[in-house]
Amino acid sequence: MVVEQAGGEVKKVTLEVLTLARQFGSPAAVVLGRPGTAAALLDKLAEYGAAKVYVAESDDLEAYLVAPKAAVMASLVREVGPAAVLFGSTQEGKEIAGRLAVKLDSGLLTDVTAVAEDGTATQPVFAGSAIVTAKVTRGVPLVAVRPNSLTPVPAPAEATVSPVPVVVDESAKLARVVERVAEPKGARPELTEASIVVSGGRGVASAANFAVVEELADLLGGAVGASRAAVDSGFYPHQFQVGQTGKTVSPQLYVALGISGAIQHRAGMQTSKVIAAVNKDPEAPIFDLADFGVVGDLHRVVPQAAEEIRNRS
Amino acid sequence: MNIVVLVKQVPDSGAERALRADSDTVDRESATNVINEMDEYAIEEALRVREAHGGEVTVLTMGPEQAGEAIRKALSMGPDKAVHVVDDALRGSDALTTSRVLAAALGTLKPDLVLCGAESTDGRMQVMAQMLAERLGIAALTGARKLTVDGSSLTVERQTEDGYEVVTATTAAVVSVWDTINEPRYPSFKGIMAAKKKPVTTLSPADLGIAPAEVGPAGAATAVVAHAKRPPRQSGTKVSDEGDGGVKLVDFLVSEKFV
Repeated sequence: MVVEQAGGEVKKVTLEVLTLARQFGSPAAVVLGRPGTAAALLDKLAEYGAAKVYVAESDDLEAYLVAPKAAVMASLVREVGPAAVLFGSTQEGKEIAGRLAVKLDSGLLTDVTAVAEDGTATQPVFAGSAIVTAKVTRGVPLVAVRPNSLTPVPAPAEATVSPVPVVVDESAKLARVVERVAEPKGARPELTEASIVVSGGRGVASAANFAVVEELADLLGGAVGASRAAVDSGFYPHQFQVGQTGKTVSPQLYVALGISGAIQHRAGMQTSKVIAAVNKDPEAPIFDLADFGVVGDLHRVVPQAAEEIRNRS
Repeated sequence: MNIVVLVKQVPDSGAERALRADSDTVDRESATNVINEMDEYAIEEALRVREAHGGEVTVLTMGPEQAGEAIRKALSMGPDKAVHVVDDALRGSDALTTSRVLAAALGTLKPDLVLCGAESTDGRMQVMAQMLAERLGIAALTGARKLTVDGSSLTVERQTEDGYEVVTATTAAVVSVWDTINEPRYPSFKGIMAAKKKPVTTLSPADLGIAPAEVGPAGAATAVVAHAKRPPRQSGTKVSDEGDGGVKLVDFLVSEKFV
């Protein structure tokens, strides 16, 4: 399986994928990054059961978009012959997998939420309104697992480190990264990985008012999301958009504030475990999904909820 | 610049969508079918590149007969012509096969720039740009929120989880776009009338040197085993705010152990 990391830490989805992979044997993790990337990740990978860690390190792996990573993966897979290759169903995970599928002429399944013993995978489709079970029928199964599909469970293993030579030919060096700009994101968890997501919609009514959404998110230790209506109105940046043309989230708790619940929004949050909603329109479709709904003005209800949480803790 | 835009007809994501009871494929007959929303941004970007740098814009679609409607709609925005890869055998093709067919069609069109939406609203895999680039041996610049063309040099700004990246490539390249890149134009009446006369070439897989047995379910590397409608969520408790809505919300969150 492919390890994803950010800022020197193993991403949560990687721990989830390791946990899933352990159902089928002792997993090997593959670290792809610039020299020195793996050292900080090994303990965590071992803690979550990586029996082997393949380490491919080269500046070429970071200097271009995914093609060099796919090239390294293809030669590793040909050499090792794994039963399957698992990825996080993230943009990068899916893009590496897409190239690998062509290189190996192998089937690829994305957005997988579970894998059965016989290898069939479960995928929610059409905004979570239907469930498909599918399998790979040719080549090495390539399976991308949707973040938050399962709870990562530690199972310490002795991770044997095995260096992998990085040979990248010119054909994989066509999309060059010339600049990486980090935008401060504060202490909040990453949206697709968060266990709790608090989202605001058109009803939040202004960019300044999103402070109310952020306050509740911070009190709950959650991430902040926004509906398309809120993003289009300029209340919140696009990278936080939840829905059909934004992120798909599947947290333990999703709190929808001032969001009507249009089908495009539901596409991005329908598989959340518990849904709570505050909306002043009693007919808002979001209430059809909500385990708990408050019909009322979020500008009164949410600050009161925030105050109540502070009082109780 | 020779530009090709990939356009996919999809069931309207604003309406109910389903898989067919008889074949594990997307029900495209009873659905309201539209251009994949993200592709409209790709068309708009293609038109802007053509306006700034000259050249020709070709729409490329793989899909059933009825996808012709999406092609006319796309052409009404302003592209010059279209290629429609159509054959009953294509139904049920997976992404890997689709990329093979589209790559073969692109091989005949020899574009400098291929534009497409970052994902379709039905499959949502986000893999087509990379698959095509891999097959064609050209660059893929994915998830663009901004594209700058300077001669044969392409520069893309793309959103990442931690911020954004600036990536460059030389043509030929595939660029996939998000809906943050522009605001697509509405077709004008003149555009709609003109679209009716624009040339649409139809091709079969055989025309591209691909046998019918290599596409559709027979050629796919994945198979759907079963599908079912997800049971609708049960709506839970709904209370009206009588001045204590916030407290009641917290009571609920406490009962679910989130606080």
